[in-house]
Amino acid sequence: MKDWQPKILAFLCNWCSYAGADLAGVSRIQYPPNIRVVRIPCSGRVNPIFVLKSLQNGFDGVLVSGCHPGDCHYISGNYVARRKFAVLKSLLEFVGVEPGRVQFSWVSAGEGEKFAEVVTKVTEDIRKLGPATRLVKNAVSAGAEA
Amino acid sequence: MAGVEQALRETARELLREGKVGTIIGYVRGSTPFRSTPAFIENEEEADRLVFDVTCGSNLARYVRNHGRDGRVAIVAKGCDGRAVVQYLSEGQLKRDDVLIVGVPCTGVLDHGKVSRLVRNRNVTGFREENGKLVFEGDGFEVTADREDVLADSCLRCRYPNPPVHDVFLDEPAEAAPDGLHWQELEKFEQMAAQERWAFFEKEFARCIRCYACRNACPMCYCEECFVDQSDPQWIGKGIDPSDTMLFHLVRALHTAGRCVECGACERACPLGIRLDLLNSKLEREVHDRFGYTPGTDPDETPAMATYDEEDKQEFML
Repeated sequence: MKDWQPKILAFLCNWCSYAGADLAGVSRIQYPPNIRVVRIPCSGRVNPIFVLKSLQNGFDGVLVSGCHPGDCHYISGNYVARRKFAVLKSLLEFVGVEPGRVQFSWVSAGEGEKFAEVVTKVTEDIRKLGPATRLVKNAVSAGAEA
Repeated sequence: MAGVEQALRETARELLREGKVGTIIGYVRGSTPFRSTPAFIENEEEADRLVFDVTCGSNLARYVRNHGRDGRVAIVAKGCDGRAVVQYLSEGQLKRDDVLIVGVPCTGVLDHGKVSRLVRNRNVTGFREENGKLVFEGDGFEVTADREDVLADSCLRCRYPNPPVHDVFLDEPAEAAPDGLHWQELEKFEQMAAQERWAFFEKEFARCIRCYACRNACPMCYCEECFVDQSDPQWIGKGIDPSDTMLFHLVRALHTAGRCVECGACERACPLGIRLDLLNSKLEREVHDRFGYTPGTDPDETPAMATYDEEDKQEFML
C-alpha cells in the first residue's frame, strides 16, 4: 500500500479546460501524473452518473472542469452544469462520501498554469484521503489494486 | 370527512352530467379494510363509489398524464397530488386545460407498516374512524390508535395539505404541520458525522431488494425508459453488489431533485420500509436554499434544474 498513487478521472471540456491542459503541456509546466483525461464537448455534458460510475469502478477521485461562467461555447452549458454539480456535491457529502473526492473547476484555454495548480491540489487532497472505499464496486476495486 | 365524501360525489356527478370531463380519477374502497384503490369513474352512477379518507394514500397524479388524451380528466387531489399535477404543468407534461383539479383537504394518510406493527401483524378485518381516533379490529382484538401513531411520516410534517392550484375545492382547507417540523428529521441527521451517515445509508440500502416499487409509485418518475432498465449502456449492474443499489438510490434522488413533491408515495410503496425520505429531503432543501425553488407550487415557474441564474453561488468551484 505504501506505493499507492491516487487514480483520478478528469472530465475536461473541449473548448477550455482541455485546451488549458494542452497549454500546460506545451508550456512544460509540471503537474502530478495522476489524472486520466476524458475529453467532453461541454461541462454540461457531464451526467452526474458519470461521476458516480467513476467512483464505483475504482477511481479514487473525479475532477470535472469547464469554461468560466460567460465563456461557454454553447452559451449556457456550464451554468446548467453548475446547478447539477452543486446538487451532486451536496448529495455525495450527505451520504458520507469525503468532500475532496469529487471536485469541480473552471479553467480557460489560456490558464495552463491554473490547470497545473488545480490538478496538483486535487491530487494532494485525494492522496490525503487515501484509496476510495465508499461506493466502490467490490469485484472491480479488488482488480484495480493489482 | 363524511362531508367531503358527499361533496365529492355530488361534484363528480355534476362534472360528468355536464360533460365537463370524461373521466374522474379518484379513490374507491379497496378489497381490504383499511385500503382504498385508485379508480376511473366514467359515468354518474359510479360516482357514489368515490371515497376520501385516511386510507387514500397513493398519488393519483401518476394517472393523469396517460388519461389526458381521451378528453379532459378530473383528479381528486390532496395537497401532494395537486403539487404533482402543478409540477407536470411546469414541466410541460400537461396543459392546464387538460385537467380539472378537484381539491380535497387532507389530514394525512395511513402508513401500512405502522399499522402492521401496531396490530402486531395480525389480520385486520375491520376499520373505522371514531372520535378522531382510528380503530382496527380483527379476530379477537380491537386496537385504537391516535392518528399521529399511524399516519405516514411525510404527512406528519406536511407543508401543503391542500393543492396549491385547483378548479374546485371541497370543504375547508386543512391545516399544515407547524413550521420547523418539516426539516427536523433532516437536521437531526445532518448533525451526525460523515462516517455515521455512511454507515446508516449502507445498512439502510443493504435491505433494498430493487423491486423499484419506489420508482413505480413516484409521480415524478415518468420517463418512458428508466435508466435502471437500459441495457446499452447498462448504467446499473443487475447483481447484488451494494454499490449498485446505492447508485440506484443516489441517481433517483438526483433525477427527482427540485421536482420531488414530498408525497411520500415511495416510502409507503417500499416493502422493506427503507428511509427513502432523507435523500429527497436533503436535495429539496439544497434546491430551495440555493435556487429559491419549491417544486409543485407555481405552474408558471421553470423547474430549478432546467434553468440557471448567472449569479448562482459557486463557492465549491476551484
